[in-house]
Amino acid sequence: MNVLKIATAGSVDDGKSTLIGRILYDTKSLTEDKLQAIEEKSKQRGFDYLDFSLATDGLVAEREQGITIDVAHIYFSTPTTSFIIADTPGHIEYTRNMVTGASNSQASIVLVDARNGVVEQTYRHFFINNLLHVKDVIIAVNKMDLVNYSEEKFNQIKGEIAYLAEKSGYQNQNITFIPVSALHGDNVVNPSDKMDWYNGKSLLEYLENIETYKTEDTSKVRFPVQAVIRPKTEEYHDYRGYAGKVYGGELAIGDEITILPSATKSKIKSIQFFDKEYTVAKQGSSVNITLEDDVNVSRGDMLVKVGEEPNVVKKLEATVCWMDKTPLQASEKYYIKHGVNDAQVKVTELTSLIPTDFSDKEPNPSKLSLNEIGEVSFKVSKPLFIDTYQENKANGAFILINPKTNNTAGVGFIK
Amino acid sequence: MSTKNILDISPLESEAIYIIREVVAQFEKPVLLFSGGKDSITLVRLAQKAFYPAKIPFPLMHIDTGHNFPETIEFRDRLAKELGVELIIRNVQDNIDAGKVKEETGKYASRNMLQTETLLDAIEEFGFDACIGGARRDEEKARAKERIFSVRDDFGQWDEKNQRPELFDMLNGRIDLGQNVRVFPISNWTELDVWSYIQKEKIEIPSIYFAHKREIFIRDGLIWSANDDVVFRDKDEQVEERMVRFRTVGDMSCTAAVLSNATEINTVVEEIRSSKISERGARIDDKRSEAAMEKRKQQGYF
Repeated sequence: MNVLKIATAGSVDDGKSTLIGRILYDTKSLTEDKLQAIEEKSKQRGFDYLDFSLATDGLVAEREQGITIDVAHIYFSTPTTSFIIADTPGHIEYTRNMVTGASNSQASIVLVDARNGVVEQTYRHFFINNLLHVKDVIIAVNKMDLVNYSEEKFNQIKGEIAYLAEKSGYQNQNITFIPVSALHGDNVVNPSDKMDWYNGKSLLEYLENIETYKTEDTSKVRFPVQAVIRPKTEEYHDYRGYAGKVYGGELAIGDEITILPSATKSKIKSIQFFDKEYTVAKQGSSVNITLEDDVNVSRGDMLVKVGEEPNVVKKLEATVCWMDKTPLQASEKYYIKHGVNDAQVKVTELTSLIPTDFSDKEPNPSKLSLNEIGEVSFKVSKPLFIDTYQENKANGAFILINPKTNNTAGVGFIK
Repeated sequence: MSTKNILDISPLESEAIYIIREVVAQFEKPVLLFSGGKDSITLVRLAQKAFYPAKIPFPLMHIDTGHNFPETIEFRDRLAKELGVELIIRNVQDNIDAGKVKEETGKYASRNMLQTETLLDAIEEFGFDACIGGARRDEEKARAKERIFSVRDDFGQWDEKNQRPELFDMLNGRIDLGQNVRVFPISNWTELDVWSYIQKEKIEIPSIYFAHKREIFIRDGLIWSANDDVVFRDKDEQVEERMVRFRTVGDMSCTAAVLSNATEINTVVEEIRSSKISERGARIDDKRSEAAMEKRKQQGYF
């Protein structure tokens, strides 16, 4: 069964909770006890509708204040696909949550209120989906019922987004527009009978048909070594397996490979998963690889195909999204985690601050504060084996850790 | 090799194995919290796969409330023996006997809350810095908010409003001395995912998950196991024998059964698929209040 991870984002009144609730309700994913709890709570609060946010706001503070503080995960499935929705809150720590949600998603739903059209929030949604190269972006134009299901209104919004898309640095994005009414269920799960002018799929139909392989990387294969498996038993006396996950392509027995950082060459002898052997490991598989030669490989090293080597660097330039209360500043040091490789970095230059509304960059800012995005240069304590984020998502991203608090302080996309 | 044999494992299984391998790489003393329930049994299989042909490189630990189903205990001991993995058991009863915690009394008495104290003691005793657990986000809405690597302080507390962002699949396991991390490799699995995996992998699970005849009584519309040593029962609560199975397994004193004729895995999976009630609908411990789980987590519960 396919697993599709989707991020949704929107501000308070655009009907995001209603949309998610509608999806769950129309796919019959809400169990009776959960539905009953929502009905009771909604009534208790004096609402004349079902407040589906009660199903996802899991923390006491969220329910007290009626706001979503943290990303919630919602699960449902259809006969062909398992869906995981990362529902990112609209107002508090907006950028941080949205980036986190989008980093783990293959597709993204951006809600637009048909009455208001493209607003500042829409710019930000769109910008972050661009920055993270989310392959499929669905613009759900909601509350069509409140604009008399007007095709003109829908086309107007389409035009405004097309204008934004021109400015985007990621032109391979699939942008799809769907007119919906979450409240009445038009084009959410079931097709609408009120918009004859729309011949496209309903939201769920569209999501079910996103072919997951299309959303994944099809670039050069990268195999970061997570662990070396040494059973040291009679039967497996000299066994040395390299455990890790395959990114960006596939690996096969006999492939000639380069080991980084040593640049040693060898060949893949076997590919194992549990007690079975395979000839090919597709991307995304967690496997165990053995090599023809007895070479020195340890955690943090990387296996790649000969001729497809990544850049080995001690300097980095990246677009950074900052997520820590203490701002990022020039000459500060941080821990860097690039895949499973750990090192230290020092900020050498803060080149620019990037506004999330597609306006001009601000050169040489003094700092990067919480929820800000900027271009930053770093010096690294040891060589990293990198691709640009554009070439290879997994090998082109890293996180920064505040050494004083050990908190994850930022995320970088290598340029 | 004559035929092309392509490995294309499910993203959820691959993700869980990746997480378990990260735990071993990033921490000094990990442990797998094993309850004998289906989720922790699934975790054990994933851990086995993650390090095969080597053995699972960490012990299993069970916090025994003394209220467990005997079938679960028997299963637990057998599985640990088969795998050749160390099994650590710490008993809630010891803390009760030593007067460290006070046992609840009355109709709804359970030892669920008392587990936390024993768990925190054991983490300190062994110096565990990472505890792997089988909690899933789809189970309960407070759990839906928790990270895969969830940092806990000296008191085991979860600071739900100040969690680290988790980007892509990079897991930040850096912690201060005295802190520990609770790790949830099957965070993104649903109940049905777990059952389908058990079915596909032919994983053995305790017999109480399948329909069997049991002495039960009905209270508040839920089916309670009639076991007078452990579960308090009013005189007017009549015991009857019914075909039941357990969908989720906690203590006898806080887990309700469901009526069922599903005696083997395929029919159990079918039942789960068509169920109209959520899994934790049968957990008496969750029914205490809307925030029951969040409160327990803040105090160090799983």
